[in-house]
Amino acid sequence: MAAASGFRTVEPVEYYRRFLKENCRPDGRDLGEFRTTTINIGSITTADGSALVKLGNTTVVCGIKAEFAAPLADSSNKGYIVPNVDLPPLCSSRFRPGPPGEEAQAASQFVADVIENSQVVMKEDLCIVDGKIAWVLYCDIICLDYDGNLLDACMCAFLAALRNVQLPAVTINEETGLAEVNLKEKIPLTIRKEPVATSFILFDTVMIVDPTAEEEDLATGMLTIVTDEEGKLCSVHKPGGSALTGAKLQDCISRATARYKEVKKLIDKVIKSVKPT
Amino acid sequence: MRKRYGEARGWIGAMETEQKKCDSGDLPSLRRIVCEQGLLSRPDGSASWMQGDTSVLAGVYGPSEVKVSKEIYDKATLEVMLRPKVGLPGVYERSREQMIKKTCEAVVLGTLHPRSSITIVLQVITDAGSLLASCLNAACMGLMDAGLPMGSLFCGVTCALDADGNFTLDPTAKQEKEAQTVLTFAIDSIEKKVLMSSMKGTCSVEQLQQCVAASQRAADTIFQFYRDSACRKYSKW
Repeated sequence: MAAASGFRTVEPVEYYRRFLKENCRPDGRDLGEFRTTTINIGSITTADGSALVKLGNTTVVCGIKAEFAAPLADSSNKGYIVPNVDLPPLCSSRFRPGPPGEEAQAASQFVADVIENSQVVMKEDLCIVDGKIAWVLYCDIICLDYDGNLLDACMCAFLAALRNVQLPAVTINEETGLAEVNLKEKIPLTIRKEPVATSFILFDTVMIVDPTAEEEDLATGMLTIVTDEEGKLCSVHKPGGSALTGAKLQDCISRATARYKEVKKLIDKVIKSVKPT
Repeated sequence: MRKRYGEARGWIGAMETEQKKCDSGDLPSLRRIVCEQGLLSRPDGSASWMQGDTSVLAGVYGPSEVKVSKEIYDKATLEVMLRPKVGLPGVYERSREQMIKKTCEAVVLGTLHPRSSITIVLQVITDAGSLLASCLNAACMGLMDAGLPMGSLFCGVTCALDADGNFTLDPTAKQEKEAQTVLTFAIDSIEKKVLMSSMKGTCSVEQLQQCVAASQRAADTIFQFYRDSACRKYSKW
């Protein structure tokens, strides 16, 4: 045992390769197996919608806060969604305090791109009065424990939190022209699409699903595929790394479609379990 | 390397006219490509890449000394800076930088220069569509000019799909805006595999595969251009 852990420290890549040769991973999973995913929704009572997602050790919490804002002049009938991914020093020693680092910014941009691509929520649905007032949804995604596969966890937390959002009814007072919020009457948000992300790492030519932080460091490339319920691709995000053939890409897409069903079922179950209360 | 400045400058002028002759204006699918290498004197390698009206300037420094905090003991530290035409780089530029950086890392043989830094600076001059692809091409030309060892070359190809499923290679800004989906790939020169992929909009799996195949074909044209321009450059000396 001591020899094995020494081997792991000295030659991590070789150590990992030995496992791959046997088609398994150091944590005992298959190459195509996800870690246990758990979702908890509505855990932040002060937010309009929230969710906590655990993917193995990776823990991500998403809180959605709805505020009023004036719509932009060129799209007067649209509200907006502002996603932000935060990687505080708490979640891993690789992150330092201070302004968001490269990885946090890239993750924020990824979530924003997926929202834009998939049209999760029609921005017109967020409009209250044309040209006057609209909802802006601030989606803060905070990582509490970083153990790889951040993007999948972020997307899952974001989607679950979005489905948990309850917006208060708003009426416009005719006399004063001000918006009045009726906190007793809450309406859930209309979700048009449900994008689910599936990440892979490339280890030379082998594709491995749901990497841990350790695996990500050893990997030669990453790939994230986002699919929706119609099996359409909302994002094929591959930021460099080892090259991939069209056929391999196809395999990944098939795995992502299968994963979509798992996540969808899980979120539906969680939403249903919360509804009665 | 660059001792004979006077001579080099004269050569740049010659290059420019020569290059214009060997651009790919007669090819149907891509816009006209013009490239000039070694136009800046300070960087170790530089390239100006024009693809239609989109123009990107790349400067490559390295291998040079690296900050201790960024030092990697067994390979070179690669950095990419993407400067927008106006204003300061924001979150969008950061995410593109990361993509370009990881693409370059996959092809540059960094292990040959451990504990050193390679910096690629990309300055957007005009954006008339297919910007990310142009940045990738400029970066590759810059790396070639700097003479850094690479396992293969790479090129960027953008593909736009309209609502009817027709695709356009190397779209202009207007075509990009009207398109339902815009896909950008980085293709390597050896096996024409996909190094990087980025997407705007949604598409079906079949459409994605079609675009990959089309981009791989377009990549041949770009690699031929790389080859022609390198041949021309080195036959001069």
